[in-house]
Amino acid sequence: MHELSLTQNLIEIAEEHARRENATVITSVTMEIGALSGVMPEAVEFAFEACTKNTLAEGASLEIRHIPALGRCQKCGQECEMESLLDGCSACGSYALDILKGQEMALIELEID
Amino acid sequence: MCTDCGCAPPQPEHDHKHDHASRKIRVEENLLAKNQRLAMANRASFAAHQLFVLNLVSSPGSGKTSILERTLTDLKGKISFTVLEGDQQTDNDAERIAATGAPVKQVNTGAGCHLDAHMVGHGVEGLDLAAADILMIENVGNLVCPASFDLGEDHKVAVLSVTEGEDKPLKYPQMFQAADLMLINKIDLLPYLRFDIEGCKAFARQVNPQIKIIELSCHSGDGMTEWYDWLKAGVAGKRRLVSSL
Ligand SMILES: Nc1nc2c(ncn2[C@@H]2O[C@H](COP(=O)(O)OP(=O)(O)OP(=O)(O)O)[C@@H](O)[C@H]2O)c(=O)[nH]1
Ligand SMILES: [Zn+2]
Ligand SMILES: [Zn+2]
Ligand SMILES: [Zn+2]
Repeated sequence: MHELSLTQNLIEIAEEHARRENATVITSVTMEIGALSGVMPEAVEFAFEACTKNTLAEGASLEIRHIPALGRCQKCGQECEMESLLDGCSACGSYALDILKGQEMALIELEID
Repeated sequence: MCTDCGCAPPQPEHDHKHDHASRKIRVEENLLAKNQRLAMANRASFAAHQLFVLNLVSSPGSGKTSILERTLTDLKGKISFTVLEGDQQTDNDAERIAATGAPVKQVNTGAGCHLDAHMVGHGVEGLDLAAADILMIENVGNLVCPASFDLGEDHKVAVLSVTEGEDKPLKYPQMFQAADLMLINKIDLLPYLRFDIEGCKAFARQVNPQIKIIELSCHSGDGMTEWYDWLKAGVAGKRRLVSSL
């Protein structure tokens, strides 16, 4: 369950930034999760409520933006959407894809008071 | 080793009050940014010691400790090892390693299901890195979480034993994508199982076309030479790399 430790990181980073701004409360948290990040959004949502207890983010809303994945084929150069790390190139079928997008797990934006 | 790991006591809080309007701030920080910083610090310190560092990952019981025991014994006097053992509880694995005569430290992660760069940075503090050629880090038996955490290693080595089923790379693609080497262990058991070893290799290459694969058994000793050659090449490569800097 590394979603738990990732969510703790999320809240740690959020609190750090909020304190730097002298905020007393975080009212909303926006994050990005890529389709290939290995992170389950539902598990983060679940952990978020428990992990924010007694932090500046207690009661904050959580918005998760899902980032679809994009790969580029090393053989033919085709760019293709990927749903999983098991996908091959949509043009030539090769599995040697460079991942261009979809591995992100980041805190993007906070609303503070 | 850890300069900005947050171990230092927290700064006292400001107690002055301001009037604030609700506002938005951009952060754009990766959730693993802190781990990545600490991993880079580990990596720099390992490089200064010309140390070849491997992060061994697998499901529980695939044979990581057995492979280490045999490797440390067979290569005694040829390559000097130091070992970091990660487990949730107990120091059984560290005791098994210590019995081979190699220096070893145990890191217990408690409820944590993986090692992170911070634990490793502190874990190696008691080890004489300058005296070793290879640091072996045995991660917690878990094919999910350790994939995301860079420890500062040169390579992740995924160990898969033939009793686990050939489709593990499809079920845990993140891990097999992150690894540079896959060891297929316990091949002495193949006659008793229906394990499609060629299928297993094809699955691993589907996830990671560059992955290097070695089949071995630390009971029969089959395949161990190829693994040792890979280790020796890694140590030699590290020395060349560092001396050319
Ligand atoms: N037949 C056979 N059994 C093996 C081999 N390697 C390991 N084993 C057995 O597999 C079991 C687990 O081995 P360990 O080395 O403890 O596995 P591990 O990956 O270190 O386990 P954890 O640290 O608990 O995740 C032991 O009973 C070993 O004797 C092998 O090559 N062949
Ligand atoms: Zn292609
Ligand atoms: Zn520290
Ligand atoms: Zn072990």
